[in-house]
Amino acid sequence: MLSFITRRLLHAIPILFGVSVIVFILVKMIPGNPLDLLLPPEAPADLIEKLKASYGFDKPLYVQYFSWLWRTLHGDLGYSIFTGAPVAQELGSAIHNTLILAIPAGVIGLVAGVTLGTIAAYNLGRFLDKFFSAFAITGVSLPHYWFAIVMVVIFSVMLNWLPAQGMSFEGLPTSWEDIKSIILPVVTLALIPIGVIARVTRATVLEVLSQDFVSTLVAKGLVRREIIFHVLKNAAPSVIAVAGLQFGYLLGGSILVETVFNWPGSGNLLNLAIFRRDVPVMQATIVVLAFFFVMLNLLVDIAQAAIDPRIRR
Amino acid sequence: MTSTSTVIASTAFLSGLPEEVFAATGHLRIAMTSADIPTTTGVPNNGSEGMRFLGYPVFEPLVDWDLRNASDKRAGIRPALAESWSIDANDKNVWTFKLRKGVKFHDGSPVDADAIVWNFARIYDDKAAHFDQAASAIARARVPTVKAWKKVDDMTVQLITDSPTSYFLYQIVWVPMVSKARYEEVKSWSAFAAKPAGSGPFKITRISPRVSVELAANKDYWDTARIPKVSKLSLFPMSEATTRLAALRSGQVDWIEVPPPDTIPSLKSAGFQISTKIYPHIWPWVFSVQPGSPFADKRVRQAMNWAIDRAALVSMLNDTALPAKGFVVDTDAQFGKPNAKYGYDPEKAKALLKEAGYDASKPLSFKVMISTSGSGQMVPIPMNELLQQTLAKIGVKVSFETVEWGTMLVAFRQKPDSTAGMGCHAMNISLMWSDPSVWRRYFHSAAATPREQNWGQWSNPQYDALMDKVRETFDDAEVDKLLAQAHEILVDESPWLYIVHDLNPRALAKNVSGFTPAQSWMQDFTPVVVA
Repeated sequence: MLSFITRRLLHAIPILFGVSVIVFILVKMIPGNPLDLLLPPEAPADLIEKLKASYGFDKPLYVQYFSWLWRTLHGDLGYSIFTGAPVAQELGSAIHNTLILAIPAGVIGLVAGVTLGTIAAYNLGRFLDKFFSAFAITGVSLPHYWFAIVMVVIFSVMLNWLPAQGMSFEGLPTSWEDIKSIILPVVTLALIPIGVIARVTRATVLEVLSQDFVSTLVAKGLVRREIIFHVLKNAAPSVIAVAGLQFGYLLGGSILVETVFNWPGSGNLLNLAIFRRDVPVMQATIVVLAFFFVMLNLLVDIAQAAIDPRIRR
Repeated sequence: MTSTSTVIASTAFLSGLPEEVFAATGHLRIAMTSADIPTTTGVPNNGSEGMRFLGYPVFEPLVDWDLRNASDKRAGIRPALAESWSIDANDKNVWTFKLRKGVKFHDGSPVDADAIVWNFARIYDDKAAHFDQAASAIARARVPTVKAWKKVDDMTVQLITDSPTSYFLYQIVWVPMVSKARYEEVKSWSAFAAKPAGSGPFKITRISPRVSVELAANKDYWDTARIPKVSKLSLFPMSEATTRLAALRSGQVDWIEVPPPDTIPSLKSAGFQISTKIYPHIWPWVFSVQPGSPFADKRVRQAMNWAIDRAALVSMLNDTALPAKGFVVDTDAQFGKPNAKYGYDPEKAKALLKEAGYDASKPLSFKVMISTSGSGQMVPIPMNELLQQTLAKIGVKVSFETVEWGTMLVAFRQKPDSTAGMGCHAMNISLMWSDPSVWRRYFHSAAATPREQNWGQWSNPQYDALMDKVRETFDDAEVDKLLAQAHEILVDESPWLYIVHDLNPRALAKNVSGFTPAQSWMQDFTPVVVA
């Protein structure tokens, strides 16, 4: 198992390097640079050129890239060109804020998805199957942006139960008032994982149910609850793989959901950085998120390998 | 991000909902249109909105916008940290400012000549230990004329310009002052941003990055008439129109900037106040007159100005704009008496086009760069589509190059025939006419891009001569007369398609009172009361 983990960790290095190169090139392909947006429209051209030089934007692309890489490898993520704040500080707070939404949304997605998918599979062709399948398809298909607005209209504007937007606390939620501000974004974010996990669970459970060992368990006289345990254990590797990917997406923060709810998470930060061409913030956010994604996949692989030793081979 | 049409559809949905209850406090909560909190180092980013909310309310320049007297005329300049100023009779480059006595920054340190010259070094001396790159970039872009600065005595400073500039006060109004003592305490501009100190009527008490900023009334403010009526002012960045609207209707904020135009009737009927006011804003198509562009021909430019139905556009915007008859509004002293009084006259437009060689067999066809959003851009896509449809009625074929705001700014700083111009013959970019300096910057032949912002490369010797004279004329009334003459040329020559002037809509809850909108991109929040 140790060599398996080491091998996977080493794989992460070229992946992160590749991600950083691709992002850097893509960013440079977009017209403009942070100064074009930072400066007022009346900024004269000679001043812009002078400032570009002072920020190093006049240097060849590879020089800019390796300069960034060198500083990052030394733990210096630099400063946001637009706000002047340390990138590590901005990114740290953004990821913290995203986790406040992603963790409950991920847990809800996993628990509700597995429950709905299993119930649907055990009721194949019946009303519950059709109902939960329709629910799962709706969850996957509904545009987040639209669903978020509808939630705001109903629960904030019409009923005035929950705040329409914003993070009303710093750090972690500690009161009911704090929790109220996370309910709508969490429910919105959980919708897709519920749908995807429910569909995968249903399909996998159906596949497992058709295998011979289930008939053997029935023949041996195991009760339904015990059989479900065995079925879910066999279905777990596929469900975990999908759940891991879904949690990765949640960690990236849904740009649209965070925008509608004005939530200062990583999706919001990345969106701002892209529009401002704020290269240090953009690079650091994407590379850190990519790192999380790689680590998450590693955890998923380890969990799968622990459940099913055949995967290690 | 979503498309404008989606936003409009969504906001229409929200706007039809019932009125809500509002919090009754001395706490004013405003939703801005910016996506982030403007920087808090005295020279905020996020353009004019940054200056409106986290510039002037917190930090003060030597002279400030006279917003109290700008209800029925364009905002002028009033004394602020400097109580008076004079220009050297022998050298018009030397400006002397007498500082107001007894003014203190929020940290208690004095506003004196040492603090002021230290502030100018912060912006203009890139070798100074406290040089602030980001603030310098923004301030120098607006005030490129400062060559030197010096302390004359404890309460007097001198600024020296690189050339005699009559409208210099309209430039240094963009350079607010910050506390030298606070910077020396925290030792970096990023640390200063977290613990800022200015001298304005509000002081920053709390910053939650990308969430909100809280300001408290400065009860020790030197101008007792402008001590804020509210005890607390919270500012929230909300770039999405639907988010702002939901926050207003659910009572989370008391005031939103730029409510979507299609929601205004329902907001009014639900009891919200809609504030509109003329201010120095123009939403034009800036024509390229370079060889090869159809707008090199004056008749085509004039024809376009007769061909668009501004009233229909204003109606679509629910009266949150004014039809433009020139660069400035026709009620302004600088409008003059141009020969052309543009209105909707498609027959006249067709006749001019025919004269210029365009008809059904050879239709006029051109491409306009438009943006999806941006500072002062209003709702650019539906507005441009309406213009496109109107022009199609007289056989003019308009195509669009739709870009994001940053891409447009890049193109606007280069020549129309550059790669960034994407082959466009016009650009829909909203601009301001707040002071004489912009008249030069947008239209003088010496200001042609890439040097300054005459993107279209239009040139008129008579206009240039008037602008040169304006720069050397230090009498305001005389400047207005010269600009009125210049404006007559601008209307008759039509280097731009003058479309509409925005009326700066804001939606306020009914418990908000005391706000008098100024004819300015800036506003005074000190008289506002929240019941």
